[in-house]
Amino acid sequence: MQTFFRYGDYGDKDSTGGANASVNPVNQNEWPLWEVFIRSKAGLDHKHAGSLHAADARMAIENARDVYTRRNEGVSIWVVESKHIHATLPDEQEEFFEPANDKVYRHPTFYTIPDEVGHM
Amino acid sequence: MTAINHQEHFDHKIDNDITIEPRDWMPDDYRKTLIRQISQHAHSEVVGMLPEGNWITRAPSLRRKAVLLAKVQDEAGHGLYLYSAAETLGITRDQMYEQLHSGKAKYSSIFNYPTITWADMGAIGWLVDGAAIMNQVPLCRTSYGPYARAMVRVCKEESFHQRQGFEIMMQLCKGTAAQKKMAQDALNRWWWPALMMFGPTDDASPHTARSMRWRIKRFTNDELRQKMVDVTVEQAKVLGLTMPDPDLKWNEARGHYDFGAINWEEFNNVIKGNGPCNKERLNTRRKAWQEGQWVRDAALAYARKQASADGTPA
Amino acid sequence: MNQNLHQLNYILQLADNLLIHAQRLGEWCGHGPILEQDIALTNTCLDHIGATRSLYQYAAELVNQLTPLERQTMFTSPALEQVFTKGLPAKEDDIAYLRDAWDFKNVLLVEQPNEDWAYTIAKCFFMDAYHLALYSALKSSNNSVLAGVADKSLKEVKYHLKWSSEWVIRLGDGTEESHERMQTAINERWAYTGELFQASAADVAAMEAGYGADLCALQTTWNAQVQSVFTLAKLSIPDNSWMQQGGKEGRHTEHLGYILAEMQYLQRAYPGMEW
Repeated sequence: MQTFFRYGDYGDKDSTGGANASVNPVNQNEWPLWEVFIRSKAGLDHKHAGSLHAADARMAIENARDVYTRRNEGVSIWVVESKHIHATLPDEQEEFFEPANDKVYRHPTFYTIPDEVGHM
Repeated sequence: MTAINHQEHFDHKIDNDITIEPRDWMPDDYRKTLIRQISQHAHSEVVGMLPEGNWITRAPSLRRKAVLLAKVQDEAGHGLYLYSAAETLGITRDQMYEQLHSGKAKYSSIFNYPTITWADMGAIGWLVDGAAIMNQVPLCRTSYGPYARAMVRVCKEESFHQRQGFEIMMQLCKGTAAQKKMAQDALNRWWWPALMMFGPTDDASPHTARSMRWRIKRFTNDELRQKMVDVTVEQAKVLGLTMPDPDLKWNEARGHYDFGAINWEEFNNVIKGNGPCNKERLNTRRKAWQEGQWVRDAALAYARKQASADGTPA
Repeated sequence: MNQNLHQLNYILQLADNLLIHAQRLGEWCGHGPILEQDIALTNTCLDHIGATRSLYQYAAELVNQLTPLERQTMFTSPALEQVFTKGLPAKEDDIAYLRDAWDFKNVLLVEQPNEDWAYTIAKCFFMDAYHLALYSALKSSNNSVLAGVADKSLKEVKYHLKWSSEWVIRLGDGTEESHERMQTAINERWAYTGELFQASAADVAAMEAGYGADLCALQTTWNAQVQSVFTLAKLSIPDNSWMQQGGKEGRHTEHLGYILAEMQYLQRAYPGMEW
């Protein structure tokens, strides 16, 4: 069985809950899938906007412009081919994220400062 | 995690309105139901470009031409967002197209009706997009994350569609007798198909209960249809048009309008392929796809050549 | 012909090119080779409609200033005359929807059928390269309306040209089939490119009065642009140097009549109504 990757569904399918839908084989000549990240205005981070298909990176950027910024949504675009995104696994949820739960001393509200000190 | 039963974990999330994300475990049927629903929805957007696209070259003013183009283009965008959402579930866009082109996949039956006058551009925006919005707004909170996020984007863009449709109707209704007649004729033809857009009645809808359980759907077909009737009647009054339903009347006790029987035989036939434009719509889509094949191949061939010239793997 | 009429003709040449080009591109909406490119082409089409509307609004102002005799010299349009008989001023849509083919001043290239993606790309590329050179020149037009339209459109056309050039290259250097289709499209459409640089009386008057562009200079820029993209695309400029012309004088190919019959049908079937 050949492996192909896409946003959110790469890796071992069995571990993510199910077989592929019963459909035709994957077309090897389909334009690859890209993830689009857009900076909505100067000073903000790029944020995931969605996906699209494009034959190459340059076209992906242009397609992103035409698909995702038609209503003035952006000032800068990043694209990355979906297969290059690596992510945590849902099964790793607990060991990855729960240990940070009890470190309340990392947050400023953990500390009591007299009112007369003012903003700190 | 190994100790936790996947199914229980999934149920817990659904019950607590925690969205399911692409890499999360999900029951096979949940995945299949989503693929079916999202891809049908995407196909509807793409096939839905055709009846209106029909009038781009004939729009009666340059302003209307620009608005209609922008609107039909948005539908392409909506199709694209939705295909992308479905792609996170383990199916490719090409596979979904294959299902559409082979006739295996369904799309909204409303797009199998013809657009024969300019007023149909108004009626589609007002009624068809109106019904679509009613269906879609609750889906912004649907349990599957990528679908919900796609719908947020769709709904944001969709609101101009209904308004421009209503504006076309208003312009016609305050125009000449011929224009008003055109508007009434369009309402007569689109009203019932628009009501059918919400799907079979709840007792005849095979998937409703489970989809509600999974929070893929948030309201039943009949609930949404009633809402559509209630708001449209008031809007038709503003236009000065007559609703094409002799049985329509306010029911004080229910606090809703009662309306006449829907012709489900027609609905089932249109779904089966006997609508006025089924063949034409599907053939148009197939033709566009087949004629685009060499273009897509060329772009990919060029990209691969460039990548190998750069020394990076394609 | 007096200066007013030359000026109006000059504006109509620009506006009609954009409208007929957009009308053809609009035919693609819903039929493109892939959703992303369907959306891309529609964006371009919308830019053209935006620019043509500004130009028609300006043309309408100029038409409203003509004497009845001047108007009848310019147009053979009973429908347009009817607007004036009612004592109304002409508006942008009257100019677009109430003239017949012989009063249209667009070049023949834009009215040619889309055929396939390669023909459409060839047409877009030729027009985009022309518009880039044209707007760059018109930015310093002594006519403030033209300068304004050129300034706004320049940003749009830079993107259009990037898009169409990339497609020319992709198709030219893609597969064997795409190369052949692209070269065929270029060969077939080449004879319609000469007219872009063939000066009409309006072009001459516009250049002399300082509001129009110098077509000779435009042609040099255009040739260089086309040559450089063709080199990258492994395509060649056809040997045949015979050029079709007539559009700027209102002598069109058979296609324009059909385009207008479709585009103007509602305005003609239901005259004088607001939509």
